[in-house]
Amino acid sequence: MPELADIWNVLFLRDYNTRLVVICTMLLGCACGLMGGFLLLRKRSLMGDTLSHATLPGVGLSFILAVALGGDGKSLPILLGGAAITGVIGCAAVLFIREQTRIKDDAAMGIVLSVFFGAGIAILGVIQTMPEGSAAGLESFIYGKTASMVMSDFQILVFVTICVITCSLLLFKEFRLLCFDETFAAALGWPVKFLDILLLALITAVTVTGLQAVGLILIIAFLITPAAAARFWTNQLDRMLVLSALIGGASGWLGASLSAFIPRLPAGAVIVLVAALFFVVSMLIGTERGVMFRFLRQSQLKKRMGRQHLLRALYEILEGGRVTEELNIRTVPFRQIRGRRTWSDTQLRDYIRRAYNEGLVEAPNKVDSILLTKTGLAEAAQVTRNHRLWEMYLIEYADVATSRVDRDADMVEHVLGEKMVTRLENKLQAYRSAGSLVPQSPHPIHPGD
Amino acid sequence: MEWYSIDTWIVVIGALAAGACALLGNFLVLRKMSMMGDAISHAVLPGLAIAFLVTGARASLSMFIGAAIVGVLTAVFTQWISRFGKVDEGASMGIVFTTLFALGLLLIVQGADHVDLDPSCVLYGAIELTPLDVVWRPTLYGYFLEVPRSALVLAGVILFNAVFVVAFFKELRISSFDAELATAMGINSNLMHYLLMTLVAVTTVACFEAVGSIIVIAMLIVPAATAHLLTDRLWLMVVLSVLIAMGSAVLGHLSALIVPAWFGFADTSTSGMMAVMAGLIFSTVMLFAPKYGVLPRLVRKTKAVR
Repeated sequence: MPELADIWNVLFLRDYNTRLVVICTMLLGCACGLMGGFLLLRKRSLMGDTLSHATLPGVGLSFILAVALGGDGKSLPILLGGAAITGVIGCAAVLFIREQTRIKDDAAMGIVLSVFFGAGIAILGVIQTMPEGSAAGLESFIYGKTASMVMSDFQILVFVTICVITCSLLLFKEFRLLCFDETFAAALGWPVKFLDILLLALITAVTVTGLQAVGLILIIAFLITPAAAARFWTNQLDRMLVLSALIGGASGWLGASLSAFIPRLPAGAVIVLVAALFFVVSMLIGTERGVMFRFLRQSQLKKRMGRQHLLRALYEILEGGRVTEELNIRTVPFRQIRGRRTWSDTQLRDYIRRAYNEGLVEAPNKVDSILLTKTGLAEAAQVTRNHRLWEMYLIEYADVATSRVDRDADMVEHVLGEKMVTRLENKLQAYRSAGSLVPQSPHPIHPGD
Repeated sequence: MEWYSIDTWIVVIGALAAGACALLGNFLVLRKMSMMGDAISHAVLPGLAIAFLVTGARASLSMFIGAAIVGVLTAVFTQWISRFGKVDEGASMGIVFTTLFALGLLLIVQGADHVDLDPSCVLYGAIELTPLDVVWRPTLYGYFLEVPRSALVLAGVILFNAVFVVAFFKELRISSFDAELATAMGINSNLMHYLLMTLVAVTTVACFEAVGSIIVIAMLIVPAATAHLLTDRLWLMVVLSVLIAMGSAVLGHLSALIVPAWFGFADTSTSGMMAVMAGLIFSTVMLFAPKYGVLPRLVRKTKAVR
């Protein structure tokens, strides 16, 4: 086992051997996280997959060209340049297929991915037969060689990260609109195509530099996972991007550190697993879209709806389809309430118990009938009135502003305004009972008819 | 170029694998799940590794089962994450397969002392070597045949897939085009989804054990997409896709032998060239297909403007 001091040294970059690697993966994680956020919102997460596979023929071809021209085939800038060129060609091919034919996004990405990767494999196959070419060095592009990163890798990474951050800051407004409403951006006269290509170029730059670090397959995770994890925490793009970059950076930092002090843990794989852990945790407890919080919100909503349904059912039973001055409070048999809606016994009993705890209903002879209290009646009248006003609103104005319907609002007036409510009440005039605050339902239904 | 009987077998095995993938690929393309093959073929790594670590041998049956199980799990996890987490399907697929791949890599490296399992061998397969594993030597009309194991396995797979597609043609068609209609008609489209995913996983694993993942990924998507540009009839699309797949397998091996020679090299990877050939056929069709091709549509458009 590693000593505590060793762990400390690695985590806080005191150890010279690992310092460079840890910083590099951290930077890469930040840059990928940032770009991945845009990809995720554009529903193009797998573009990273396509892109990273499409770089392989570029690596091979630039190696062959460099050797043929008598240069050093393994020189990093040449290989990365080649990778970037075929990567961009691959992206362009995806866009072309998607726009010019009936082939959908996913198939276009799959076609480019497999064909380009196949070409890459074929070119590597050729290189293996060359006298100069132990292609062994090139295979690090597929699996990564995190542990053996050097100063030049670091310099390239810093440069790319700075580029990516600057561009995202400068063009934040443009990229945001591109992510959320491409057509609107085009209608505003923005150069949507150019922005799209610029975004893809930035992503290509990140992917190509990342290839060396974590490998072709695992860079895909870096582009997708942090962004998807960040999405669970917020609905705001700027916060999501920052969070995504942080999660990416943290995965890089933790993953690289872990692999540094535990023997035989390949850094690329550990980084991906750390990022996946971030994702799972976020998916469970993310405050905005996490599974747990969504479940809680849903069950709360269900309870509120159940309460309203119960009160309205009671009110309508008491009303009995007749229009009267005053409603007489009387006990209502359980069976009759049950007949009002499609709810199960257990559900209904649960709602009644809650209403009882709130003091809205009483149960005089315990089992099979309930009685509205005074507060209960007031509440029920309010709920029923609002419900009917909303119904009227939907019947009359559904074509203009359905989005304003908020059945949950305690006071319709707060959403629609006094004027609109008066107008709706006048519409309901025909059904309206004299002196009663609650207008009659615009569409009386008599269960059992 | 010299042609040996081994080359014939390479072509036969390649064509069988390509056909088996293309059959299922049609439905993946129509369901907008093309990347599933890619995802599964990467994700099965931990299945292979675990099966190997547990049994301690490269017995192909246990590894096949391990891989197939993880392959199906990939589809299941992808659907869970996109359903419960409300994550975009592509993203959830990406998360699942990269995570599983990383896990597999970790397992392999951890067990490296007593494991002779090379991820690159798993992923690329070695179609050039498959004809050497001869299991059956029948004599047919006086010809002495040496049938390799992969040829038999893949023949079984393609036959099984063909039977599946024919038997469930109606269900597959309706649930691929309109899942809700299928449900309304009493077809369990969720069941169809998982059946298809299981078959894709099994086919993927069976094929790439023999021919490498790149052929699988390419043949699941490219022939089907090509056929999709040529016709509006599903049965014709299925037939065409299988023909295109087999054609690119033949052309692929030929070009692997011939093309490098033009530049003064020896031969190259057959599986890579098969994918490239499929890509070339796709590009040709994309440009010239009578109804949906780019050029004919451009011509029609200019005519209409005039």
